[in-house]
Amino acid sequence: MRESLIKIRQLKVAFGEKKILDNFELDVYKGETLAVIGPSGAGKSTIIKLLTGLLKPNAGTIEIMGSEVQDYSEEQWDEVRKQMGVVFQYSALFDFLSVGENVAFGLRRHFQLSEEAIQARVKELLGLVGMPDVAQMQPAELSGGMKKRVGLARALAMQPKVVFYDEPTSGLDPVMTMNISRLIRKTQEQVGVTSILVTHDMESAYVAADRIAMLYQGKLAAIGTVEEIKHSNNPVVRAFVEGIEYKEERNEQ
Amino acid sequence: MLNEFFASVGKRILEFCAAAGRMTNLTVDTIKHLPEANPKEVLRQMALLGADSLPIVLMTILCTGMVISVQTAKEFVRFGAASSVGGIVAIAMGRELVPVLSSVVVAGRIGAAIAAEIGTMKVTEQIDALRVMAANPVSYLVVPRFIAIVLMMPLLVIFSNVVGNIGGWVVAHYYAGVSSFSYTNSIKVLAEMYDIVGGMIKSSFFGAIIAIVGCYKGLNAPNGAEGVGLATTASVVLSIILIFITNYFLSIVLYV
Repeated sequence: MRESLIKIRQLKVAFGEKKILDNFELDVYKGETLAVIGPSGAGKSTIIKLLTGLLKPNAGTIEIMGSEVQDYSEEQWDEVRKQMGVVFQYSALFDFLSVGENVAFGLRRHFQLSEEAIQARVKELLGLVGMPDVAQMQPAELSGGMKKRVGLARALAMQPKVVFYDEPTSGLDPVMTMNISRLIRKTQEQVGVTSILVTHDMESAYVAADRIAMLYQGKLAAIGTVEEIKHSNNPVVRAFVEGIEYKEERNEQ
Repeated sequence: MLNEFFASVGKRILEFCAAAGRMTNLTVDTIKHLPEANPKEVLRQMALLGADSLPIVLMTILCTGMVISVQTAKEFVRFGAASSVGGIVAIAMGRELVPVLSSVVVAGRIGAAIAAEIGTMKVTEQIDALRVMAANPVSYLVVPRFIAIVLMMPLLVIFSNVVGNIGGWVVAHYYAGVSSFSYTNSIKVLAEMYDIVGGMIKSSFFGAIIAIVGCYKGLNAPNGAEGVGLATTASVVLSIILIFITNYFLSIVLYV
């Protein structure tokens, strides 16, 4: 039996009357890349917010690395967050810092490292994402794809146990989409980090992920390996993969 | 109809109370995190928020000092009270006009800038990025700005008092014919150091209001460019209103 790094049980999240997640359950295994797919508004990004403590659930439990975290205070969350990295949808690089300082941000704040060690780590990380010469540049000077890469370097800086990717390929051209997807896969292989990838891009999920979870109307509609999802007969999955809007009646017929 | 009216009023009151509560929480949080201030960032903010505001604040106060002198000098001379002009201008400037007007200018310049900067960080997920990197946004963003403005406002007030009184003297001397000796002597006789110190204390409170309101509006900016714009405007308006209200109570506490 594989060891779960993250366990979500009976999770409920609602904004007013609107249910976002309803009795949602999920296991993320240590060392895997799990892609969470689903249509816009299905609650995919909400999962990342819940798992990073940016949002509290209305009910249910979230277990991360053996600890139930759903009722943690901000200070307790900070200890968990030191073992996490997040790549944001629009990169969220700090625009008042250079690229190098963005990558070094967590290192400076949470580690007692010499300036040489910090610079060496920044160089190593920017090399890992294929951008060794941009440390002195400002985020505004980078293209969308470059920002995503720097965002990944920043997320990996503190050697996290788990990395979250929030729509890492949105707004990118097809070539850059595949580059970023392959980079996520390569990073997982090289660093061995557990990754959760939230995306609506199936091609990206096929390339980057080990398993895929399909979210539909706040519930887990299907979960399986890439091959299982590719050949799934589940009507919700089939409709999403084929780019057709799923209708509940179709299921009933 | 009547029900709707009361429901709407009630909703507004609840929203106001909730916002006041959140702003109080932010103030308490800021004070709690004061020891975590990064000195380098505080100095950077002091330069950005304080020193860079000096020209526009001095310009405003110079004109104000001159205007006060225009309004008082000739009348005072007419009633044979030329020897009081300097003191009156100095007291009015030191106690009220300098702290309030320089704070209003700073609220327009700095409060808006803080709300826009932090609001943009909020809508571009940079605040979330700070939180997931275990960096408390209050300690990282609010505390340095809070300390910087609270410390820099009294300094701005000192410079402003000097410039405002020079402006007053220029007008009184050249426009109303009050002698320089009479002007400076009346400052010595009528004004006290406490008039300026009280103004400095006031300005620190106003600085705290500007920092907290600007940061609060930024941190709670609704999504999108429009949200940042609304937050910026709301920050300036609310800061100015709170400055005027607080000024009344501070004047009673400090001078009555």
